[in-house]
Amino acid sequence: MTDLRERAPAKVPTEKGKNALSLYRHLALMLLGAVVILALSYALPPFRNYQLATVGAYLCVTAGLTVLTGLNGQLSLGHGALMAVGAYTLAMTQNKLAGQGQWTLLVAVLAAIVVTTAVGAVVGLAAARLRGPYLAGLTLAVAVVVPAIASTFDTTFNSDQGLSVSVDPPPLALGYDFPYERWQAWLAWAGALVTLLFLANLVRSRFGRNLTAVRDDEAAARLAGINVARTQVMAFVVSAACAGLGGALIAVLSQSVSPGAFPLTLSLFLLMAIVIGGLGSLAGALWGAVLLVVLPATTHSLTDSFDVSAAVAQRLEGNLPLAIFGVVLIVVMLAFPGGIASLKKFLPNAKKLLPKRKA
Amino acid sequence: MDRFIFLTFDGLSRGAVYAAFALSLVLIWRAARIVNFAQGAMAVATAYAGYSVATATGSYWLGFAVALVGGLLLGAGVERVVMRFVDHSSPLNGVVVALGLVLVIQAVLGMIYGNEFRPAGAPFSRDAFVVGGVALLSRFDLWVFAAVIAVVALLVLLFTRTAVGLRMRAAAFAPDVSRLLGVNVGGMLTLGWALAAAVGSLAGMLVIPTELGLHPNAMDIVFVSAFTAAVVGGLDSAIGAVVGGVIVGLLLSYVSGYLGATVAPIAVLVLLLVVLLGRPGGLFGSVKARAA
Amino acid sequence: MTALLEVKGLTAGYGAAPVLHDIDLSIEQGQIVAVMGANGAGKTTLLRTLSGLVKPTSGEIRLDGADLRTTKVEQMVRRGIAHVPEGRGVVTELTVDENLRLGGLWRSDKADARKALDEVYELFEPLARRKRHPGHQLSGGERQMLALGRALIGRPRLMLLDEPSLGLAPRVIAQIMALLRDLRNSTGMTVLLVEQNVRSALSIADIGVVMSLGRVVTRNDAATLRTDDELRHAYLGF
Repeated sequence: MTDLRERAPAKVPTEKGKNALSLYRHLALMLLGAVVILALSYALPPFRNYQLATVGAYLCVTAGLTVLTGLNGQLSLGHGALMAVGAYTLAMTQNKLAGQGQWTLLVAVLAAIVVTTAVGAVVGLAAARLRGPYLAGLTLAVAVVVPAIASTFDTTFNSDQGLSVSVDPPPLALGYDFPYERWQAWLAWAGALVTLLFLANLVRSRFGRNLTAVRDDEAAARLAGINVARTQVMAFVVSAACAGLGGALIAVLSQSVSPGAFPLTLSLFLLMAIVIGGLGSLAGALWGAVLLVVLPATTHSLTDSFDVSAAVAQRLEGNLPLAIFGVVLIVVMLAFPGGIASLKKFLPNAKKLLPKRKA
Repeated sequence: MDRFIFLTFDGLSRGAVYAAFALSLVLIWRAARIVNFAQGAMAVATAYAGYSVATATGSYWLGFAVALVGGLLLGAGVERVVMRFVDHSSPLNGVVVALGLVLVIQAVLGMIYGNEFRPAGAPFSRDAFVVGGVALLSRFDLWVFAAVIAVVALLVLLFTRTAVGLRMRAAAFAPDVSRLLGVNVGGMLTLGWALAAAVGSLAGMLVIPTELGLHPNAMDIVFVSAFTAAVVGGLDSAIGAVVGGVIVGLLLSYVSGYLGATVAPIAVLVLLLVVLLGRPGGLFGSVKARAA
Repeated sequence: MTALLEVKGLTAGYGAAPVLHDIDLSIEQGQIVAVMGANGAGKTTLLRTLSGLVKPTSGEIRLDGADLRTTKVEQMVRRGIAHVPEGRGVVTELTVDENLRLGGLWRSDKADARKALDEVYELFEPLARRKRHPGHQLSGGERQMLALGRALIGRPRLMLLDEPSLGLAPRVIAQIMALLRDLRNSTGMTVLLVEQNVRSALSIADIGVVMSLGRVVTRNDAATLRTDDELRHAYLGF
């Protein structure tokens, strides 16, 4: 007994120590991720590298949305629109500064994050006062209306055609024939890994615990001294910043922005990605982002294999992913009777089924 | 001044459609405590069906009937096959499932009909009568008013004067008690969804000829406007939905008339924000409902 | 004489843990049976199981010898069972008249439903005066009248009543109890009454049943329970 008591204090790390520990763990994971991406970017052909880059860009958004919807319980259908804000900000900043070197891209990305964060704060302030279907309706309105804004101020946003984004080629230091797509993958994943590191630590912090406390029971959280409204607004701000980064990266990858690139469907896809990925876990956000890129590509090759006319093939290609996403979304929601919340509970339960290691 | 009068009549006509669509949202909200985000997509689906029949048979009215009956069936089907099995412990679940339906319905429509706008004719002329040099209303506008007023009147009669209406209200307010009194609560829920979807289909048939035409996403903006109308009125109130619809219709008409059509959606967003933050209960609802 | 309601070995509950254990209960036509017991004894669950709102895990429920377990909740009224639930179940958003009409909608004999409605208005004078008022404006006593009246419109053979005395003034409780006895005497209706108010319940009951922790601990003539000090002390605590 005495033995245990003496050893106990040394074994139990302090709050600070725990955080530092998980910080190191997250840093190590991020480095590992960077190595994997680096290896992949050399192993994959250019087109696959472009897809890899797209996954990275989406991952920023799905990870942020996971924090908002999965951990804090706020449903947003407006993240596609927030991506548009980030994308347009990047396009305009980058085009103003273009040709002055690689650093302009960093400035433009930061500008995109700042502007989207500000927009997210406004939406978040409203969102913190709304629940359930009301919040969904408001964010839906944002998603539907933002493309209209781009069409309205056509001198600034060039209406439906959108803007092209001039992005510098990869630095010469990497060599003349350095593939552009590999460079894109690096850029996107640099953003994604930084986002993940930031969010992983955030989730582990006191703020992260507040998020779930507010989601599970607002009244109880309030009694425990948590400022519910502030927590909700902050969650929105954080996830908006991630969406801004993701949108900016998408703009860099496609070298253009247009209202058509950020339809309502995009917002629904993002929601679907995090629901299927396993709501509330950052790993789930990764699977969701992969799915967002892989599923349309798969249906593309699938429809190519069908023996149908070009017009029919085109219809199938555009709509099959939507149908699959929709069906999966419904099935997942119905198959887990606890809905969103039980998806989270299901995961630890699955772990329990595994044989326990003896202590 | 002439322009103002024209825009007012135009706004009232639009408002009537939004009122009908908002009413369909309120019907489901009252019956099932779900905001049916798939209502727009469902209405578009039945409108496609209606116009297909109209084109094939040459009879608009046959197509119109098909659209409404299709709405009844689709609404009942969605409740029986999908919504009945949604776990309602979190209000998000119903929303997410409805959004899944949106994706499925729009995708199926896209696969069958393609993602281009298809022309959708109106059963009556859309040229406005000119009285004393002022353009007022078209025949089509009159048809819109007549149809919406008829539907509202029928719904009022149904809910206040008939046994089925009484059952539906009781089932929504107190399901367990209603079952103990012999009311088939599940059946009433299905009926509520069917009626709501049919009203949504009517709104679709009234609004699609005035917009760009048939398209899988044709009702997206209409849905947002109607949702705004329902929220303005307070989601629980049928009268509120009608008043909210007229308010939104007038707003949209004035804004597009004086500031340009592309500004209109932004005006709707602003109105929605102002109402949600400024008057949490809507004009006719209770504040408590908002947290539900 | 066969019993109207026969319950054998009934076990039921919410989720995994049963609330009712092995309940046996037999009620004859025209009897008033009072089920008493502390909070959490399972009285409400017993009524909810009888009317199908809670599914039994095992045991038998027979009405006139016919199995009742497979009958759907909404069919119970058609079998002659009226359940006035805890809190009376007045639909507060509907008017008094609508609440009462709701009680007769299932009936195919519309003329008799109409007649029953008029009788209820005669029986409960205050309800007739407040026909068009929404349920939430009624007092506790008026709500109880409304709930009882609504059940009577179905002309039930068996009335299940969950705590009709709750929250009412003693004078009103006495009126309601007297009314139940009169109704039984005039129509031959059977009443299963769940009550915490033991004195009131025993004042009209023929049989008293005491439940504790989900089991029937004693079943006796109400007269015996009223007068036998030992029994009363042991089971009813007064």
